[in-house]
Amino acid sequence: MKIVVCLKQVPDTKGGVQFNPDGTLNRAAMLAIMNPDDKAGLEAALRIKDECGAEVTVITMGLPKATDVLMEALAMGADKAILITDRVLGGADTWATSSTVAAGIKKLDYDLIITGRQAIDGDTAQVGPQISEHLDIPVISYAQDIKIDGDYVIVQRQFDDRYHVLKAKMPCLVTALGELAQPRYMTPGGIFDAVNADITVWSRADLTDLDDANIGLAGSPTKIAKASDKVRKGAGEKVTLDPKESVDYIMGKLNEKHII
Amino acid sequence: MDFTLKKEHEMARQLFKDFAQNEVKPLAQETDETEIFPRVTVDKLAKYGMLGIPVPREYGGQGCDILTYVLCVEELAKVCGTTSVIVSAHTSLCIDPILTYGTEEQKQKYIPKLATGEWLGAFGLTEPGAGTDAQGQQTKAVLDENTHEWVINGSKCFITNGKEADVYVLIAVTGLIEKRGRTQKEISAFIVEKGTPGFTFGTKEKKMGIRGSSTYELIFQDCRIPEENLLGKKGKGFAIAMHSLDGGRIGIAAQALGLAEGALDNTIAYVKERKQFGRAIAQFQNTQFQLADMATKVEAAKMLVYRAAMKKAQFQIDGKTSYSVEAAMAKLYAAEVAMEVTTKAVQLHGGYGYTREYDVERMMRDAKITEIYEGTSEVQRMVISGSILA
Repeated sequence: MKIVVCLKQVPDTKGGVQFNPDGTLNRAAMLAIMNPDDKAGLEAALRIKDECGAEVTVITMGLPKATDVLMEALAMGADKAILITDRVLGGADTWATSSTVAAGIKKLDYDLIITGRQAIDGDTAQVGPQISEHLDIPVISYAQDIKIDGDYVIVQRQFDDRYHVLKAKMPCLVTALGELAQPRYMTPGGIFDAVNADITVWSRADLTDLDDANIGLAGSPTKIAKASDKVRKGAGEKVTLDPKESVDYIMGKLNEKHII
Repeated sequence: MDFTLKKEHEMARQLFKDFAQNEVKPLAQETDETEIFPRVTVDKLAKYGMLGIPVPREYGGQGCDILTYVLCVEELAKVCGTTSVIVSAHTSLCIDPILTYGTEEQKQKYIPKLATGEWLGAFGLTEPGAGTDAQGQQTKAVLDENTHEWVINGSKCFITNGKEADVYVLIAVTGLIEKRGRTQKEISAFIVEKGTPGFTFGTKEKKMGIRGSSTYELIFQDCRIPEENLLGKKGKGFAIAMHSLDGGRIGIAAQALGLAEGALDNTIAYVKERKQFGRAIAQFQNTQFQLADMATKVEAAKMLVYRAAMKKAQFQIDGKTSYSVEAAMAKLYAAEVAMEVTTKAVQLHGGYGYTREYDVERMMRDAKITEIYEGTSEVQRMVISGSILA
């Protein structure tokens, strides 16, 4: 069985967020981590590998420093890693990203593709389902559990206050929730292997099944009009009242603002 | 000369830092309060290969270098002195002598289980009247020619991982020899397994620091072990013990370094928050200068510890490079820095630093032992001066 896990290197929110003049993220200037939902998806893939035996390939598109998340994935137990990197691919929105990553995956054999539900930088949750469209395979999103049953994948899909159980014949794409699985740590030996591993690097030229109209900033239908940091709304109101008065006061405020 | 860590070491440090913060730190205060051995943490260390970091792959280890092991002990010590010494004693004092001096059969039997953490290791040298002074040893091992067994009688004290370990490297007297016209005790090393009849545990030590570490007396009463459990050659026990301690001192130096760094990190955060006279105490020059001195000494200690680790790594390649003096210098300096920095950390925390609400109180108590065990600071000075005056 072959599993492809799509990873994204995202800014570590603990390190602050910085923007380029065009409103896109200045990724080079920020501390970076593996996107948490992707990491949960990787863990799910590694558990399938532990239980059923599988070859896990991780793939990412990004700057050369995105190699770091690939090495982390290898040190956790992934078997192969692929980096798609090229200046012409920069500034991609979800459409350009999914087109590019799908073009990469088309070069691979796969039974199951796992992506994170969404990345903590863009929060769109679009790339995974879009990749499935490009590849013309089914997608099951919001997975809180993934099981393999022969040629089928059985997924618990989170849905409001319940979950749905869906069964799909592979090949199939599943988007993983962060709570799907607590990711394992790397191992020291895994790290030593990872830094010496051959990571496949593909540029635009290596992706033959890809239209130039669908890549990079130019191929992105999404245009960022403006990006800004959160603006403080000002200090809250402080009042000193006994418990009963407090309740009345809060109820009055909620009524006044038509919240209740 | 390159002072930057390689990629693998940077990644390993991040791994150990994450593990320490997520898995070890939350239990550190409770471990200290209850004095209960943190078995849950040790099982997790085992799961992620952290009990066999510098062990070759063919023996079930992680196949990493000594620096990686040092980084692990350092990061663990930043948050929990107890956990760091469990790893250090297991790796440096039990695995290392078996790997270095063991027969292939001994290595195959013991190392894979130790490296994967299925078994925990300990080292028995110290006795009430003997430690660094190996000639003071009273524990005896006599070979029974009929049964081909060593019969051990005596006791060991202050043994780290004491009751929790499964395998013990034990130092004992095997006879008397004439050396330079004087009669001396012949010292040998052995491997003893827990559960061997005649091997029991005495009292548990109630300690000032590293209180979750299992420190016990080992008692041997007609304890019989197979003849093949002699480790190394008969009569080479003192050399084996000293070699083990040389490596062990690098581990303890890393522990001391981590304790100092942990206390410094906590103090930096505290002085930014704590306000007196209308401003954060970080804005007072006294605080700034104290922190500058603490940070400088921590950095100097780090250089010595890493250098000792690199020297031992060289020994593992060529089998002859001596790292004894470097290990002694690293332990001496890092331990004294740990004591100084943790003491200043408590001082900068003021009254709060003296309470158990704040980790620096525990760190100060934990730091003291690094000046004592695996050779006191005075013994390190003897080793260093001996090399200078030789």
